[in-house]
Amino acid sequence: MSKTATFERGIHPKYHKELASEKSIARAALPDRIVVPVSQHIGAPAKPEVVIGDEVKRGQVIGSTTGFVSSPIHSSISGKVIAIADFPTSVGKMVQSIVIESDGKDEPVVFNENPDYAGLSPDDIKTLIKDAGIVGMGGAAFPTNVKLSPPKEKRIDTVIINGAECEPYLTADHRLMAEHPKEVVEGLKIIMKSLGVKEGHIGIEENKPDAIEAMRSAVACETDIKIWPLEVKYPQGAEKMLIRAIKGREVPSKGLPMDVGAVVQNVGTALAVYEAVRFGKPLIERVVTITGTGIKEPANMMVRIGTLMSDVIEQCGGLVEGAVKVISGGPMMGFAQWTLDVPVVKGTSGILVMAHDEYVSSDEYSACIRCGSCIDVCPMGLNPSILSIYAEKGFFEDAKENNLFDCFECGSCAYVCPAKRPMVQFMRLAKSQVKP
Amino acid sequence: MATEAKTPELIVSVSPHVRGDETVGRIMWTVNLSLLPAFIMSVYYFGPLAAYVTGLCIVTSVLFEHFYQVSLKKKSTIGDGSAFLTGLLLGLNLPPSVPFYIPVVGSLVAIIITKLLFGGLGYNIFNPALIGRAFLLISFPKLMTIWSEPTAQFVALDAKTTATPLGILKEGGIAKLVEVFGDKTDLYMNLLMGSRAGSLGETSVIALLIGAALLMYRGYITWHIPFSFLATVGVMAWALGGDSGFFTGDPLIHLLSGGLILGAFFMATDYVTCPSIRKGQIIFGIGCGAITMMIRLKGGFPEGVMFAILLMNCFAPLIDRSVKARMFGAIKEKKEQKK
Ligand code: SF4
Ligand code: SF4
Repeated sequence: MSKTATFERGIHPKYHKELASEKSIARAALPDRIVVPVSQHIGAPAKPEVVIGDEVKRGQVIGSTTGFVSSPIHSSISGKVIAIADFPTSVGKMVQSIVIESDGKDEPVVFNENPDYAGLSPDDIKTLIKDAGIVGMGGAAFPTNVKLSPPKEKRIDTVIINGAECEPYLTADHRLMAEHPKEVVEGLKIIMKSLGVKEGHIGIEENKPDAIEAMRSAVACETDIKIWPLEVKYPQGAEKMLIRAIKGREVPSKGLPMDVGAVVQNVGTALAVYEAVRFGKPLIERVVTITGTGIKEPANMMVRIGTLMSDVIEQCGGLVEGAVKVISGGPMMGFAQWTLDVPVVKGTSGILVMAHDEYVSSDEYSACIRCGSCIDVCPMGLNPSILSIYAEKGFFEDAKENNLFDCFECGSCAYVCPAKRPMVQFMRLAKSQVKP
Repeated sequence: MATEAKTPELIVSVSPHVRGDETVGRIMWTVNLSLLPAFIMSVYYFGPLAAYVTGLCIVTSVLFEHFYQVSLKKKSTIGDGSAFLTGLLLGLNLPPSVPFYIPVVGSLVAIIITKLLFGGLGYNIFNPALIGRAFLLISFPKLMTIWSEPTAQFVALDAKTTATPLGILKEGGIAKLVEVFGDKTDLYMNLLMGSRAGSLGETSVIALLIGAALLMYRGYITWHIPFSFLATVGVMAWALGGDSGFFTGDPLIHLLSGGLILGAFFMATDYVTCPSIRKGQIIFGIGCGAITMMIRLKGGFPEGVMFAILLMNCFAPLIDRSVKARMFGAIKEKKEQKK
């Protein structure tokens, strides 16, 4: 159909996708308890709508929105609220969370199905998406209905579904596309309708031929939707890179995708949108890749939101001897965990466990030898070398003048640096010291 | 909450959690390895003395670095191979028959003054080996310009010492040079193989190119600096280097002579002292080439590669600051501003 699309620069890390790429999505066991943080998204946290002792059902709203950029939360099991307090989360912060103990019955609320969803108006769709608590499931967790409501002056003409899954190890989106292609396409069509857009694209890295095949047959009768095999290169799945690869448009510095008429949604989000609009099902579960050499049986699992990582890991045979690092998300941009008692949330795409031999220490690094490797790979065309030196020496204003805030912390520069400099740490340090 | 007992000590660090295989040590030792052919050829043409001179440079460079750092209670960095490389490059840039103190003084200036006093690897402004050599040339001009004949085949003159091809070119012009070597084909062949007088490691073009190919294959150096450097030298030699007016020069002689190949592939490309943005590297290479040819054609020295690179080293930070890689999303912005 079309040639391999791509962006400039970037890196070729070792992918290790084979650990989990052949594992069909399995349903995780009903957890004994869930911990649901009120803030799993960008924007205002949800306000708890339950008190300790309340009985709740699966799919029931337990926290409501508190602003335009906000998202409600739902219970993913039936049971009793036993605590509302601060608990650790996978991004390292303590967040107010609602703890629900399962009654073992898994009783659902009544979902409002819409068999004729094709007739819904854009506003109806957005309301359904908002009420379902859908946020970007690729990691950023921006409320989806907000993304679908751009300001009037921004003309959106393109919707892109992000199936690149460029992070090494992760295979959740891969399995989703291979196993549920129809639902993803329906989700895309609903998103296109809500924006009044005629043009839909799905970008998939070429290392997922079965997903590409499945998606191609799913769109065989769709004239407005195109499948794009993408070069296997990190960070192909970053929004700006994806738009560049498929539409050849570059989001201006400090701009957003909507500035070039594009809206990008993750594969998982498309599926959630479909389920919300068609079946009235809120976002209470998601596909998570549990993988890495530190895990006994790597898997892709449909996990209920709020399930503790320790729970999920146990269902995958537990950790191997010598597992040293647990990461929420992928190895390039994910967060290292200090405890396994953190819940899977809407943005959790993977749980990656590294055994010792795989883990690279970043404690020892040396001065920048100005080899230029980082400049060659930075997808934003920055000079990470000079930025890191400025940050190291405390010249934060100089870093800002060298477009520090265009850095989205993809980690490509750190990956290639022969001096093993903690580049992303430098970038964050500098960003925390100056205003954008 | 639960499973405390089974949870191991977890390491928490900032992303990314995977890193590439490249290390400073691996790069530096590969560069050292890439100079092995040139080193072997230097021993072949100039005898065991060549190995002694180069070896002394390496040993003293490494020792200076080690003891300097140990005496300052710092971690010794000799394992990264960069002190070894400085010593090796210094040795390959010396004439074959120098007294023992020349390598020692050269290493001292290169390692202690040019590299470590500036803060060590990554902070030095100038290429340490070249500063070492420049210092020696200025301090010991006689000793540093005694050129031995390659003992292997070259028998045009019977004295033990002789002039370098560029020296002959400067004194007697191209006709004299051809005469010394027999005919033009012999001249080119000898220059290519390295059978000519000169610094230890600079003579064998073919050996140097083998090493350079390894570095380019591994991606440790790119074409930008060496090719712009060589192209500039070639064009200027052709345009201005002829005996009978413009555009009659012989670029090949200039390309194959002196320290050009060694300099362009192994010294001008030194990460720390060249620009790190590719576009800037082309400017850097052109600058090196132009200065080299100005010295060769008009200057007081027969060879100009060393001074050309050192001079351009000063400009490297400036070049890096004035050229920028094309930023993502930058085109759009500019267009909008114009409107
Ligand atoms: S982390 Fe920032 S500076 Fe480094 S490569 Fe990515 S965008 Fe560029
Ligand atoms: S990759 Fe590392 S050593 Fe090389 S220029 Fe960038 S920061 Fe410096």
